[in-house]
Amino acid sequence: MGNFFTNLDRRWIFLGMAVVVAIPMLQGLSFPEEPSEMVRDVFKAVDELPDGSNILMAYDYDPATKGELEPMAATFTRHCAKKKHKLYFITLWPAAVPMLRQNIDILENEFGNDYTYGENYVNLGFRPGSEGVIKVVVTDLKDLFANDVNGEALQDIPMTRNIKNIQQMDLIVNVSAGTPGAKEWVQYAASKYQIKMVAGVTGVGAPALYPYVPNQLTGLLGAIKAAAEYEQAVSEAYPEFNDNPATKEALRRMGPQLIAHLYIVALIILGNVIHFTEKKRGVPR
Amino acid sequence: MNTNKNVTLIVVIVAGVFLAIRAANGEFGRVYTKTETVEFTKKVRDAVGDSVQPWTVERLVARSEVNDAQGQPRPDVHLSINRTLGLWIAAFGTLCIMSFLIGDNVFYKLAEAVIVGASAAYAMVVGFWTGIIQNLFGKLIPDTMRNSVLPGLPDENNAELVYIVPLILSVMMLWRLAPVGGWISRWPLAFFIGATAGIRLVEYLDADFVQQISSSIIPLIVVAGDGSIDFAASLKNSLIIVSILTCLVYFFFSFEHTGVVGATARVGIWVLMITFGAGFGMTVMGRIALITDRFSFLFFDWLWLPKPGVDT
Repeated sequence: MGNFFTNLDRRWIFLGMAVVVAIPMLQGLSFPEEPSEMVRDVFKAVDELPDGSNILMAYDYDPATKGELEPMAATFTRHCAKKKHKLYFITLWPAAVPMLRQNIDILENEFGNDYTYGENYVNLGFRPGSEGVIKVVVTDLKDLFANDVNGEALQDIPMTRNIKNIQQMDLIVNVSAGTPGAKEWVQYAASKYQIKMVAGVTGVGAPALYPYVPNQLTGLLGAIKAAAEYEQAVSEAYPEFNDNPATKEALRRMGPQLIAHLYIVALIILGNVIHFTEKKRGVPR
Repeated sequence: MNTNKNVTLIVVIVAGVFLAIRAANGEFGRVYTKTETVEFTKKVRDAVGDSVQPWTVERLVARSEVNDAQGQPRPDVHLSINRTLGLWIAAFGTLCIMSFLIGDNVFYKLAEAVIVGASAAYAMVVGFWTGIIQNLFGKLIPDTMRNSVLPGLPDENNAELVYIVPLILSVMMLWRLAPVGGWISRWPLAFFIGATAGIRLVEYLDADFVQQISSSIIPLIVVAGDGSIDFAASLKNSLIIVSILTCLVYFFFSFEHTGVVGATARVGIWVLMITFGAGFGMTVMGRIALITDRFSFLFFDWLWLPKPGVDT
């Protein structure tokens, strides 16, 4: 038996992973989530702001990390829209422009009656320069963003007319897949100018950002698990979201997560059992 | 027959049978849209006059909204050939990339080349319009830009001659493509590296050094509002301090790691290992999230399987 597993081709493991992810997904397996303290801090940061506050929606992710970050970005957008905050969408990633568009589609399709472009939300789009962009807009927004993504002057857009720089934002919401992203927004804006900020990041990036909480980051959502908890927190506070299946995307993905993790844990245990059994028998490696 | 062929055969047979069943039983792999008209802004209409015509955009329509309540096709919704083609290319590309798990093959190489090429081209086009046109020429020759490609550029924007400097540096950077004088490109490169290092050093010192030290100065015994000791918070703070100190000792090589220093360093190694383990766990979660997203695309967007909680 041990010999069978030792010589097992890794592709069977991959096939097993495909099965354990696909079946719970097709069966709609999901579990209730209890928002953690960190997720509640993120929720409160958005929710406790007065209605109509200025929020910079800095979404720095691309299609490669869409699976992990899109659910939390969409929940941020819906939550902010529910609070009627004024949203300023911006990105430091060229490939994130369609991601901004997807979030604006949420506003147009689900909040169309309450949200008007230029009055409640604006899409500033992308500018090259990575953290250099943050360094400029934190003191002079219109120096780099003379126009929005449609080419209209910020001076002619009601909600940007009187915005000089992003220090006037009440909160920075950043969804980040890497560099430039949450770390740079903390370093060049939030930390230096004491702008309140929350972030949602990939699982890979989260451990490096936890030290910023709570002094430099009010809260941090790490990976799809935190996204699911945030969806739960928003659904609990605003039950009307329960009618919209799109607000449960991260929660739906936690079923496959659990089964896949159990599969990996089982493989790790199995691998260790085989390793130590063979070691005890003195089987040469 | 070797394992490689076994796995490939199983995957291909299962996928083939599945696709055949889907094709026989219903629709899949189609994208529907509706056309919406978009008006130019008032400023552009005033500037250009009545000759300017509105344009149209195609908005995606969810599968469940293609037909009305009576099951009849909605008149404003139509099949989008372009997007349907895009959907099939995306599905094909996803399968091509996943095929690498079976082994390196021509389909994977094709998809990889397409991704690299398309990403580079996309970044170049976006960078050209935002960086060169808007940020550089929009500042250097605003009137020309306003009358050509940037009609929305604010009227009060005047030429900022200081932007000649980045223009010159950019030309110098591209000089490496010239047959002679390739060394010229080293000067702007030196400037960019020096300036970037300088800027980052300052921000790192503030956010990642000074403020991190400040954040680490926390009470070991936390007293709650009612005067009692908050044991959970006290334990958490103590753990943070012990972890920081032991890790610092581990990276302190001026003393030999023996005795008390060695024992403390070993605790530091444990802290590091736990941190790496947590990082690995988070990475696994991220990777599974990505495969979940791709499967979601294949199953629900492409194959139109009933999405639990949405279609059922």
